[in-house]
Amino acid sequence: MGESRLSEGMLLRSLIGLVLVCFCWGTEIAAAEGPRVKPAAPPVSLIDQALADLSSEDQSTQEAAVLFLSERGDPSLLLKLEAIRDSADRSVRLALKPLMDQLKNRINLSSPDVDQRRSAAADLGSAGKPGAIPWLEAALENEPHRWVRYAIEESIALLQLASTNPDDQITAATKLGELRSQNAVPALKELLQQGSDGSATAQHQAVASAARAAIEQIDIWASWAGAFETIFRGISLSSILLIMSLGLAIVFGLMGVINMAHGELMMVGAYATFVTQECFKAYLPPGAFDYYFLVSMPVSFLVAAVFGLILEATVISFLYGRPLETMLATWGVSLVLIQAARVYFGDLTSVVAPSWLSGGVQAMVGVYLPYNRIFIILLSILCVCGIYFLLFRTGIGLRVRAVTQNRDMSSCLGIPTRKVDAYTFAFGSGLAGVAGCALTLIGNVEPGLGQNYIVDSFMVVVTGGVGKLMGTIVASLGIGGLNKLLEPSFGAVYSKVLILVLVVVFLQRRPSGLFTIKGRHADT
Amino acid sequence: MTTAAGSSRREFLAQSGRVVAAAGVASLLGNLGGWALSYAADKEPIKIGILHSLSGTMAISEVSLKDVVLMAVEEINAKGGVMGRKIKPVVVDPASNWDLFAEKAKQLLVVDKVAVVFGCWTSVSRKSVLPVFEKNNGLLFYPVQYEGEECSHNVFYTGAAVNQQAIPAVEYLMSKEGGGYKKFYLLGTDYVYPRTTNKILRAMLLAKKVPAADIMEEYTPFHHQDYQTIVGKVKKFAAGGKAAVISTINGDSNVPFYKEFANQGLRAEDAPIMAFSVAEDELRGMDTTALVGHLAAWNYYQSVDTPQNKKFVADFKAYCKKNNLPDGEKRVTDDPMEAAYFGVHIWKQAVEKAGSTEVDKVRKAVYGSKFLAPGGEIKMDEANHHTNKPVLIGEILKDGQFKIVSRSKGLVKPEPWSEYTSPDKGCDWIGHQGTYQKKA
Repeated sequence: MGESRLSEGMLLRSLIGLVLVCFCWGTEIAAAEGPRVKPAAPPVSLIDQALADLSSEDQSTQEAAVLFLSERGDPSLLLKLEAIRDSADRSVRLALKPLMDQLKNRINLSSPDVDQRRSAAADLGSAGKPGAIPWLEAALENEPHRWVRYAIEESIALLQLASTNPDDQITAATKLGELRSQNAVPALKELLQQGSDGSATAQHQAVASAARAAIEQIDIWASWAGAFETIFRGISLSSILLIMSLGLAIVFGLMGVINMAHGELMMVGAYATFVTQECFKAYLPPGAFDYYFLVSMPVSFLVAAVFGLILEATVISFLYGRPLETMLATWGVSLVLIQAARVYFGDLTSVVAPSWLSGGVQAMVGVYLPYNRIFIILLSILCVCGIYFLLFRTGIGLRVRAVTQNRDMSSCLGIPTRKVDAYTFAFGSGLAGVAGCALTLIGNVEPGLGQNYIVDSFMVVVTGGVGKLMGTIVASLGIGGLNKLLEPSFGAVYSKVLILVLVVVFLQRRPSGLFTIKGRHADT
Repeated sequence: MTTAAGSSRREFLAQSGRVVAAAGVASLLGNLGGWALSYAADKEPIKIGILHSLSGTMAISEVSLKDVVLMAVEEINAKGGVMGRKIKPVVVDPASNWDLFAEKAKQLLVVDKVAVVFGCWTSVSRKSVLPVFEKNNGLLFYPVQYEGEECSHNVFYTGAAVNQQAIPAVEYLMSKEGGGYKKFYLLGTDYVYPRTTNKILRAMLLAKKVPAADIMEEYTPFHHQDYQTIVGKVKKFAAGGKAAVISTINGDSNVPFYKEFANQGLRAEDAPIMAFSVAEDELRGMDTTALVGHLAAWNYYQSVDTPQNKKFVADFKAYCKKNNLPDGEKRVTDDPMEAAYFGVHIWKQAVEKAGSTEVDKVRKAVYGSKFLAPGGEIKMDEANHHTNKPVLIGEILKDGQFKIVSRSKGLVKPEPWSEYTSPDKGCDWIGHQGTYQKKA
């Protein structure tokens, strides 16, 4: 015991020594860095005086100090300011925050990270401190990235807009109009207001007319950008609907089986993605984590397909030709699957989108396209192409189509219809798994996941016309697009109601959907 | 004939005597038995009900409340129970189905005859069980913040009223310290809590001279997953700065909302989201990298630095591990869990003070009672069935915990009727027997 305490004491002492050494070394470096970073630094005493004034009781002295330091804008002050903040009371901390933000943003203007540069430029613009203009102009000169340049230019113009010189204001307003800057609209409107006041001078009016022109320019652009974004959102929602209902449509069309467990097969796919992610976390180096999603897609397809095979063999194969019973049985299976997932996984599981799928790309001014949506659109196109190839360009597809058209005749000609059924069902289930995998990019993974989407998928399949691939595609585009068209003006709740009403009305006109199956077998 | 008659009479008398004696003995025995039974009943466990959705859209939040109530019960039982009697919980699952809530509440009160019920999260579930509790004179401890405008004899509200969460949160956002925000996007799930809260907040903002054009209001259905359009609108609204989102989105819709918010390039610095229904437990199920810097307003956080909270957090983790609950030691505590937890203890204190589990006696014993909760001492109000608690604003950190950025001075007195929408109304069960009109 005694010995161990002794050694602990020694350890402690040597640790303290080490810390002291580090501390001395650190202060030395800081002392050495000070003059090296800023060779032409102003007399230290002024800055020190201002730093001392920061903690002053007197409000005006404090404000003057903040102003002085902010004009000086020396980033190396940041460390000292942090030290002051840590020991200061609340009013000083409040006064320090904008100053420190400004200094931090100045440093970040030359950060290697594009997003950081960009947000630093935007923050400097919205902070309204004209002292930042020279920094921004300096940063603009060697900025390679297009959208960072845009943010810097916008910020410079925004700061100039707040100046007192009308000529500067007019150039800034014109520039902002050219930039189509949505951020400038409130400030421009204010100028417009000032110009229309009774007491406005000729200069004010000149500024106001420049502001009016700029606002018009921005508004016209905004309506175009809005239209473009609506179209993108419509396509994005449509592709989600499509990817969910493809499997359902194939199974429904081929076998006449109303698979109520389709949503739960999506859930199986989503959990397969989750498990893949956990495996990557547990067994692979962190660098490989970003690629888990590529692995999880085939994994969720296979897992869901196996589930589908089992479901077909154990439940559906006994109930062919009895659609109502199949519906009930698969409904039961879906409840079992939900509870099983709840018992095994609990109600909370999160899938972390890989870094290459989070964030988005700026397509043009005011239009920002998230990567995950783009990915899902591409994935749905891939799925449709895959299905088309499989159905119309392979021997298996030929058999599937033959069985769909005339089961008895195909059977007579030696096609093993039972096998075709089983494989088609597994394939449809696998597609549901892929859909579930894609959905983890948007929502969360929970046992009720399938229930959220199953109504939408059925709506698409029925509207499209049962068993028609083309119908499913057109219906999902129509429903998704219409939804996004209605949502901005009606809100999420009423647009959903409206869509349902429209679908009901449509089905009364055309009970068999958009694309009806023509020919003799239609009523068999 | 006569002899026969005589003998039969004698026989009859004797027989009736025996019958009387037997009856006497029987009745005595019966009394004894009854007494013995009643004695046994004293030592029988006290049944309490737990009414939380263990499935459906609200399971993401409510499962943990069930767990923490069971933990509190286990704690109390380990220390000998209430008045020497153990507590026996009856857990039911209303599955996020509001009608089922009323049915299950009735089952708890009428069939299981529980002494008290701990439960509900959404206001719609509380509203649907309210008539059941009032008709059967049951007692409900409701642990979640809510929209107010309610004053029931049969409910104790251990969560926050609007003036203990939503209003201070918006006041914070408007203050210089909070960022001086001037435009507000009120976004919620479409049901009674968000709609009423936003009605109060709108009245408050208008009273504080925020122009109506700078207040947006929008609702989505439960389970809504597609936030593309709404986030697009927020982005447009927030252009030019000084706009904040006030989120009353409930349940699992929060995940797609925050994901979309980040993916469309909006940062907390552009427009912070102040949420009233996102706590540590919801964050556990989310990818938090996108959420850093957004805000929430509650009366408790797991990061509250008190010795009793450290014990509470450690106890809960140990409880989850011991009982093999999903996620085990990785589980976290949050505000409604704390409120559910101290609700059980407040009830236990009241039962012991009243010396009975009878609802009317317990209710009186709750008034003005205090308890050293994990987040610090709280006090049940003397008259309005709500709880005096502190208000804390927190900022989301990378690990899914909250950094407390603002804290009320002391406990805030609950006001079920907001001063902005119903300045003339109050709630008082001592002087006024319920809701009353304040005299000017």
